[in-house]
Amino acid sequence: MGQTIIEKILSSHSGQESRANDIVVARVDLVMGQDGTSPLAIRAFEDMGGAEVFSREKVAFVIDHSSPSPIEGVSRLHKLMREFSREKGFRMYDIGEGVCHQLIPESGMVGPGSLVIGADSHTCTYGALNAFSTGVGSTDLAGGMISGRMWFKVPDTFKFVCNGTLPPGVYSKDLILYLIGDVTADGATYMSAEYTGEAVSALTMEGRFTMANMAIEMGAKAGLMEADEKTFRWLERYTDKKFIPASADKDAVYARVKEYDVSGLAPQVARPHRVDNVCPVDEVAGTPIQQAVIGTCTNGRLEDLRIAADIIRGRKVHRDVRLIVAPSSKTVYLDAMREGIIQDLVEAGAAVVTPGCGPCVGTHNGVPADGENVISTANRNFKGRMGNSNAFIYLASPATVAASALTGRISDPREFVK
Amino acid sequence: MQYRGKAHKFGNDVNTDYIISGKYKFKTLDMKELAKHVMEDLDPDFYSKVSQGDLIVAGSNFGCGSSREQAPLAIKYANVGAVLAKSFARIFYRNCINTGLPVVECDTDLIAAGDELEVDLAKGVIRNITAGIEIPVKPLPGVMIKILNDGGLAPHFRKYGGFNFD
Ligand code: SF4
Repeated sequence: MGQTIIEKILSSHSGQESRANDIVVARVDLVMGQDGTSPLAIRAFEDMGGAEVFSREKVAFVIDHSSPSPIEGVSRLHKLMREFSREKGFRMYDIGEGVCHQLIPESGMVGPGSLVIGADSHTCTYGALNAFSTGVGSTDLAGGMISGRMWFKVPDTFKFVCNGTLPPGVYSKDLILYLIGDVTADGATYMSAEYTGEAVSALTMEGRFTMANMAIEMGAKAGLMEADEKTFRWLERYTDKKFIPASADKDAVYARVKEYDVSGLAPQVARPHRVDNVCPVDEVAGTPIQQAVIGTCTNGRLEDLRIAADIIRGRKVHRDVRLIVAPSSKTVYLDAMREGIIQDLVEAGAAVVTPGCGPCVGTHNGVPADGENVISTANRNFKGRMGNSNAFIYLASPATVAASALTGRISDPREFVK
Repeated sequence: MQYRGKAHKFGNDVNTDYIISGKYKFKTLDMKELAKHVMEDLDPDFYSKVSQGDLIVAGSNFGCGSSREQAPLAIKYANVGAVLAKSFARIFYRNCINTGLPVVECDTDLIAAGDELEVDLAKGVIRNITAGIEIPVKPLPGVMIKILNDGGLAPHFRKYGGFNFD
């Protein structure tokens, strides 16, 4: 009987043949925490009697959620992280470097076949690199930092086969929103999502990160893809480390398989206040918006900024709209500057904020007012998510957000994409 | 482990932003302070309504969303005895076990708001005193029972110096 991708990775890291529903203790290749979760992990680390981290090269902290610090309380927690990482001798990415889920892939520490735990639910993002990476809480993080190991229940796998070709103006964000709308917020709970098919192979790495990133929005533990030429080419820029990819056997056992043809897909929008409240853009087109956000670990990569700039270039952001742009890392920021993207966006009226989570989680950088509508490239639109529970958040692709920023209303980007 | 208290009912897909909003959780490690804002976006008076040992009773996919451990901790510090739901999101579920907040999977349609409940985790049964019925409980995986019995993952590590499930 064959194995799925996740069964293979858990087998190679636990030293025992792993099948769905087995409980295994596996070694981890990287342990990551961000500024919302690491302070509690430091406390748990001490509570567990931890002295040193298991490996200085395999632990990393990132300050990205409230970065730079907006208030004294946060500053205190950031200071705690700086002191702890310095004392233990592992890497910490400070303000301005970017969102954890962009920085960790760029670090070269993660690749095909790796196993990563991160104290952030969107750690599943690195599934695009064929890594089993998953979110844990602070106490699990501390356990991982001390022991370099973690216990897992091997999940069942839900295979999403995406055939066909995405039409112009329709992107991986639209596809993943569509899948989430289809299977709902708990449609893949506790499962590993495997994305396959020609539409997935055709995606750029950036597009794949977006799909892996949102696996958690259907409850999945991971969002995995096979590694291919594109994966290795993408990694070349960041590391010369060799990785051993994990691919699914032909006779692997899946708990569920769903096939889609993406050729007729329209741009999708998730309406307030649920990520699975998804509809084609024309159902909400015309809804006035007051804020537009391009960024976050879902869609703040170079390709995303480029798609937005191609729509916005030479035009002006609508006078009733604040457009906030947060590049997902310093590298992305610099690349976008070199291409003139940042210049184009700022000239059109965008406010560019520090690479990091930006306004995504409501700690700073663009909290909406009561009754306002926001359209964002982020992954969550829960009530209160952006810091005001009386605001309304719509999720969409960078193209849809850019088009909407120009018109002041939710708009179909296909009118702007040639 | 036994808990007796009143049921506070919530619907499906209660996410961690509702349990404790991101705008609070990044500011402090003071869980007593965070506890005051528990469930605030769904029920602004929740904190003041809870008596020691009361139970949160919800639908499916409770705790979906972020990995913030502040969510179970804030519930625990709000004096809630346990959370009962039809199903839980996985990170939240792990976090509850790791921090020692009891979570119980059961058919919560058999519980109405305000019902008086008695939860016996050792026996794996819930008694709905108001309705006069017993509700069976889905048992926890062995690893989780071990961690809960040790009092959470930190005491487990202190005891064994690492994972020990043998
Ligand atoms: S960008 Fe948003 S979703 Fe991504 S890690 Fe930051 S807060 Fe979380």
